[in-house]
Amino acid sequence: MVNTKVNLSGIILDNPVIPASGTFGFGYEFAELYDINCLGTFSFKGTTKDPRFGNPCPRIAECDSGMINAVGLQNPGVEKVIENELPKLKACFNKPVMANVSGFSVEDYAYTVEKLDSQEQIGWFEVNVSCPNVHGGGMSFGTSPEAAAEVTAACRKVTDKPLYIKLSPNVTNIVDIAKACEAAGADGISMINTMLGMRIDLKTKKPVIANKMGGFSGPAIKPVALRMVYQVYEAVKVPIIGMGGISTAEDVIEMMLAGATAVQVGAANLVDPFASKTIIENLPKVMEKYNIDDLSQIIGGAH
Amino acid sequence: MTQGFYKILSNIQLTRTVYKMVLGGDTGAITASGQFVNIKLDGKFLRRPISICDYDETTITLVYKVVGVGTEQMSKMTEGQELDVLVGLGNGYSLDKCGDKPLLIGGGVGVPPLYNLCKKLINEGKKVTVVLGFNTKEEIFLEDDFKKLGAEVLVATADGSYGVKGFVTDAMKDVDYTYFFTCGPMPMFKAIEAVASTSGQYSFEERMGCGFGACMGCSCKTKYGNKRICKDGPVLEREEIIW
Ligand SMILES: Cc1cc2nc3c(=O)[nH]c(=O)nc-3n(C[C@H](O)[C@H](O)[C@H](O)COP(=O)(O)OP(=O)(O)OC[C@H]3O[C@@H](n4cnc5c(N)ncnc54)[C@H](O)[C@@H]3O)c2cc1C
Ligand SMILES: Cc1cc2nc3c(=O)[nH]c(=O)nc-3n(C[C@H](O)[C@H](O)[C@H](O)COP(=O)(O)O)c2cc1C
Ligand code: FES
Repeated sequence: MVNTKVNLSGIILDNPVIPASGTFGFGYEFAELYDINCLGTFSFKGTTKDPRFGNPCPRIAECDSGMINAVGLQNPGVEKVIENELPKLKACFNKPVMANVSGFSVEDYAYTVEKLDSQEQIGWFEVNVSCPNVHGGGMSFGTSPEAAAEVTAACRKVTDKPLYIKLSPNVTNIVDIAKACEAAGADGISMINTMLGMRIDLKTKKPVIANKMGGFSGPAIKPVALRMVYQVYEAVKVPIIGMGGISTAEDVIEMMLAGATAVQVGAANLVDPFASKTIIENLPKVMEKYNIDDLSQIIGGAH
Repeated sequence: MTQGFYKILSNIQLTRTVYKMVLGGDTGAITASGQFVNIKLDGKFLRRPISICDYDETTITLVYKVVGVGTEQMSKMTEGQELDVLVGLGNGYSLDKCGDKPLLIGGGVGVPPLYNLCKKLINEGKKVTVVLGFNTKEEIFLEDDFKKLGAEVLVATADGSYGVKGFVTDAMKDVDYTYFFTCGPMPMFKAIEAVASTSGQYSFEERMGCGFGACMGCSCKTKYGNKRICKDGPVLEREEIIW
């Protein structure tokens, strides 16, 4: 029997497979299809202080081996998430869940984390710093070490739960940003968010996405994600949750070898609703194939 | 919703660009006319949403137009090949409030989902009128199929090469109806909205990431709050739509 368990900041996951925020809703859509308690955990839809509709449609575009989304953080706002979504989540998932939080000012982030902190089922926070800072000329918090550290520190003040900062890959030096978050009190780094991309429709000769650009994800970005996780692993001591293009058990192992303690599955859930479950089921036999007895032993193995 | 592998029983050309594909497999997840399926195609990342034109216990009929790489690929597939399909997506049309003289209005590739709806309404003993709109005579499909069901069928062509010259709204002028169901392009919807005298239901299209409510890729605003076209739609009631 192989061991797929990993320790993510003191909470033991049955396996390192975590559906990524924005691709798994609040879990219950998938619970109609399979028992989602087979998951390590999952990261719920990016939650903000106020309700958001997001960007105008079309906000999805297909790419070779991936997709672009410009959903723009549609969510009912933290109050409604607590009132309506978390009870529904609890009814179908009995493990600690990861709370994905977004904001447009440092205060927004701290407000939302503080509100959610009292929710028992929340095991970890995953703070998405890819959002534009309304007070910083629209530049994403995730593009400057100072801004990312400021968000980290503000969230650190309002929660004792494990705090992961989710980094944007749209930066020149992701290592500096990861180090700044670690120094500001992050318990871990989650990476990567989507890469800025676009598609143009040859018939209309205009961008496919109403917002023109959006976040590119899926198998096509996996090499970039692996490279970034590998680099950050060398620079920080805190654990990393790795993601970007994961769609098979082999991908999970590759990402762990790069330095990830746990791995998220994003776009793959959208094209195959059973993707995360299938990955979990395949993990033991793929581990055996590569002579891996204990998954936690391979973290950072490629270094 | 269920996921399954469906065998292509036939895939025939109806017009220059429109094809009819019959798939064999489990149809237990289909609960209403106007629902759709989401088809995985080799080498394409996202699935392709296509309305269920008709179904029975073991088959699903799709009618689709070749507009891009995915539908082109579908048109080349042959009997015996298998497709990975998500089945029974979306809410579909609700038949509760339609009275005894429902009007079905389809434009172009919006026509297919009305076929099974028409069948159900006729089985319920309704007097159904179907108005179909196409650009030109060569593009007309399913007209005879609706007639065989026992519906009164009126066709409008934009160039006047067949039936009424003009748009569906020209063909429906003298129809006496108690309710309407429609599917088709946005300009047609706006024209219907301007003239329709009863309540009705519109079936919308949007680019989709998942097709089953997980990604928020297809949301729209309605008078009753945000809705996902794939899960809370594709059918919306006239009263809730914000134009
Ligand atoms: C609920 C629903 C029901 C539909 N029913 C039918 C039907 O019965 N018959 C039919 O011919 N067509 C139908 N369509 C439209 C059909 O989905 C598109 O024509 C098809 O996806 C085009 O794929 P493609 O690869 O050929 O085109 P491409 O332009 O190459 O596709 C690129 C991407 O854009 C998406 N896309 C392109 N056009 C549309 C569109 N109009 N709506 C949604 N996504 C689109 C594709 O799915 C793909 O992800 C329906 C769409 C929806 C949303
Ligand atoms: C439709 C969609 C919505 C997303 N929404 C969020 C979100 O709300 N918060 C967030 O941190 N990341 C969000 N992401 C990013 C994913 O969580 C993930 O970081 C990214 O897609 C890379 O993984 P993948 O290649 O497996 O998709 C979203 C991605 C997609 C495709
Ligand atoms: S397409 Fe994913 S929610 Fe509608």
